[in-house]
Amino acid sequence: MNISIKRFLSSEGVANFASSLMAIIIGLLVGLLILLVSNPRQALNGFGAILFGGFTDMKNLGQVFYFATPIILTGLSVGFANKAGQFNIGASGQFIVGAFAAVYVGVKWTFLPGALHWGVALIMAMLAGALWGLIPGILKAFYNVNVVISCIMMNYIGMYLVNVLVTNTVFDSLKNQSQRVASTAVIPKMGLDNIFRAGNSPSSVNAGIFIAIIAGIIIYIIVEKTQFGFELKACGLNPDASKYAGINSHRTIIISMMIAGALSGLGGALLYLAGSGKSIEVLDVLAPEGFNGIPVALLGQGNPIGIIFAGIFVAYLTVGGFNMQLFNFVPQVTEIIIAVIIYFSAFALLFKDFIRSHYAKDEDKLTKTRPVSQGSLGGDK
Amino acid sequence: MDTIYFLVQQMMYFSIPLLVVALGGMFSERSGVTNIALEGIMIIGAFTGILFINMFQGMLPGQPILILAIIIAAATGIIVSLTHAFASINMKADQVISGTAINMFAPAFAIYVARMIRTVQQIPFVNQFRIEKVPVLGDIPLLGGLFFRNAYITTYLGFAILIISWVVLYKTRFGLRLRACGEHPQAADSVGINVYKMRYIGVAISGALAGIGGLIFVIPTSTNFNATVAGYGFLALAVLIFGQWNPFKILLAAFFFGLMKTIASAYSGIPVLSALDIPNEVYKMIPYIATLIVLAFTSKNSQAPKAEGIPYDKGSR
Repeated sequence: MNISIKRFLSSEGVANFASSLMAIIIGLLVGLLILLVSNPRQALNGFGAILFGGFTDMKNLGQVFYFATPIILTGLSVGFANKAGQFNIGASGQFIVGAFAAVYVGVKWTFLPGALHWGVALIMAMLAGALWGLIPGILKAFYNVNVVISCIMMNYIGMYLVNVLVTNTVFDSLKNQSQRVASTAVIPKMGLDNIFRAGNSPSSVNAGIFIAIIAGIIIYIIVEKTQFGFELKACGLNPDASKYAGINSHRTIIISMMIAGALSGLGGALLYLAGSGKSIEVLDVLAPEGFNGIPVALLGQGNPIGIIFAGIFVAYLTVGGFNMQLFNFVPQVTEIIIAVIIYFSAFALLFKDFIRSHYAKDEDKLTKTRPVSQGSLGGDK
Repeated sequence: MDTIYFLVQQMMYFSIPLLVVALGGMFSERSGVTNIALEGIMIIGAFTGILFINMFQGMLPGQPILILAIIIAAATGIIVSLTHAFASINMKADQVISGTAINMFAPAFAIYVARMIRTVQQIPFVNQFRIEKVPVLGDIPLLGGLFFRNAYITTYLGFAILIISWVVLYKTRFGLRLRACGEHPQAADSVGINVYKMRYIGVAISGALAGIGGLIFVIPTSTNFNATVAGYGFLALAVLIFGQWNPFKILLAAFFFGLMKTIASAYSGIPVLSALDIPNEVYKMIPYIATLIVLAFTSKNSQAPKAEGIPYDKGSR
C-alpha cells in the first residue's frame, strides 16, 4: 500500500474517527437485532425510521438541532473536564442549577430590557453551573476526593435544591413546575423557525444551536491554542510530570471543573429558555441531558469540534426514535443503542491499537500517543 | 414508642437494600474493579424479579415466590455484571464508562421489554410478602416491635448477607486473595493468584447482590415497578465509601442513610420534626451532603483499595 495512505490511516484523527464509527455500527446492529427479535415484520421499517427519521422533513431536522443544543454543551462539559483527567459525571447537577438560575432570571428580572434579559439569564446560568463544578474541583484539589463520587453527590444535592428553590420562588403549583419565563428571556429564533418547519408547525430550533457551536469553537481554541489548554492537557496526561514541570495542578483542576460546570449550566439555560414550553418539573429525577453528555463526549473523542457533530448525531438518533413509534416500537430502543455505543467506545483504545498494528507497522512507534488515564479513578491513588 | 417502632420498621425498608448493594459494591471494589453500574444492575434485577412475581403470583404461595424471585434477580444481576467485568478486566476499558453504559442501558431495556410484552411500562404486583408478626420472636418486648413485626424475610436475608460477607472477606483464604487483588495485583499474581479470575468473581458477587438489592428495594416501598430504583445504586456507592469499604461500618452508614430517607418521607408524622417546618428536600439532601463532608475529611488517607479502578496488565510494572 502507498505509504501516504498508510500514514493517513494511522493518524490520530482517523483512528479516533474509525473507532467511534466502529462503536456506532455495533450499536446500530444491536438496535436492529432488538427490533428483529421483538417484531420481525416491522423491524426494517422501524430501523429505517431511526436511520432516516431526522431527514423526513424540515421540522424533524429542526428538532434534531433543538435536541442537540443542550447535549452538545453537556458533551463539551464532560469532554473538557476529561482533558484535565477528570470524569465529570456531575453534568446533570450543573445542568439543572444552571437551568434554575436562567429560569429565575427569566421570570423575575423583567426590569432588564430586550436582549439583555436572556443574555443575563445565560450568564447567571453559567455562574451557577460553574459553582456546581467548583465544589468537586476544590474537593479534588485540596482534599483528594474522587471527582466521580463527589459529582454524583452534587447531582442529587443540585436536584433537590432546585426542587426547593422552584417551589419557593417561581412555582406554578397547578402544573407542579416552574412558571413560564418572560418573552424577552426567550432565546431569539433568528428566522430559523421559518426555515425548519413542516407546513404550519415550526420546530423548536432557535439561536441556541449557534451558541452551542460557538461554545465548541471557543473550547477548541482554549484547549489547542492557549497556555492554559496546554497545562490542562499536561495535567490530564501525567499529573506528576506536569507538577514537576511547574504547572499548578490544583489551579488547573479547579478552573477546568468550573469551566466544565459553566458549560453544563449554559446547556440548562438554552434548553429551558428555548421557548418550547418546557419548564423545570418538580420531580425527584436527575436531568437526563447531563448523562447524555457522556456518550456525546465519548463519540466526539474529547475533541470539541467532534463533540458538536456527535451531539447532532445523538439528537438525530433521538428524533429517529420518536419517528419509530409510527411502527409501534418503543422509543427506548434509541437509548439502548446509545448505551451499546458507549459500552463499545470504552474499547476505543483497543480499536485504535488494532488499526495501528494493521496499518502502521513500518511507522515510527514512538509517535504513539495515548492518554495515561482517561477517567479520574486511575489518578486518584 | 409506637413512633419509634414505626420509624425503625420503615428504616429497614430503606436500609437493607442499601446494605446489600453496598456490600456487593465492596466485593467488586475490594477485588480492584470500580462498579458504578450498581444502579443499572439493581434496575435489571428488580425488573426480572418483579416480572417473575407478576407472572406467577397466585400460582405459588407468598414467601416461596419471593425467594424464587430473589434467586432470579441475583442471576440476572450476575449476567449484567459480567459485561462490566469483561470490559474492565479483559478489554482493560475505562471502568466508569462501561458502568455508565450499563446504567443507561438498564432502564431503557426494562421499559422497552415491559412495553413490548405488556404495552405499559409499569409492572404491578400484589404485596403478599409482609410478615405481620414473626411467631414467638414478635412477642419479645422491645426487640419484637423493632425487628420482628411488619417485617420482610429480606430484612433477615440482609443481615445474613452482612455476616457471610464479613466471614468471607476476613476469615477465608478466598477473602484474603480477593483483597490482595484490590491492593496489589502484581504481588498477588507473583504468588500464583489468578487476578483476572478473582476480579471476575468479585464483580459477579456485586452483580448478584445488586440484583437482589434492586428487588428488595422495590417490594416493601411500592406496588408496581416503573423501571427505576430512585438513585439507590448511587446512594449505595456513597454508603460504601461512607462505610470505608468495611462491612460493619457499611451497616452503620446504611442505617444512617436509611434513617434520613425515612425522616424525609415520614417527618410530618413525627411531632418534633414537623414543628421545625423544614422542607423535606432538606432531609433528602442530608445524606449526600454528609457523604461529601466525610469524604473531605477521610480522602487524604482513604481506606479505598489501592488498585481500584486500574485495569490489571500482566506486562506493566
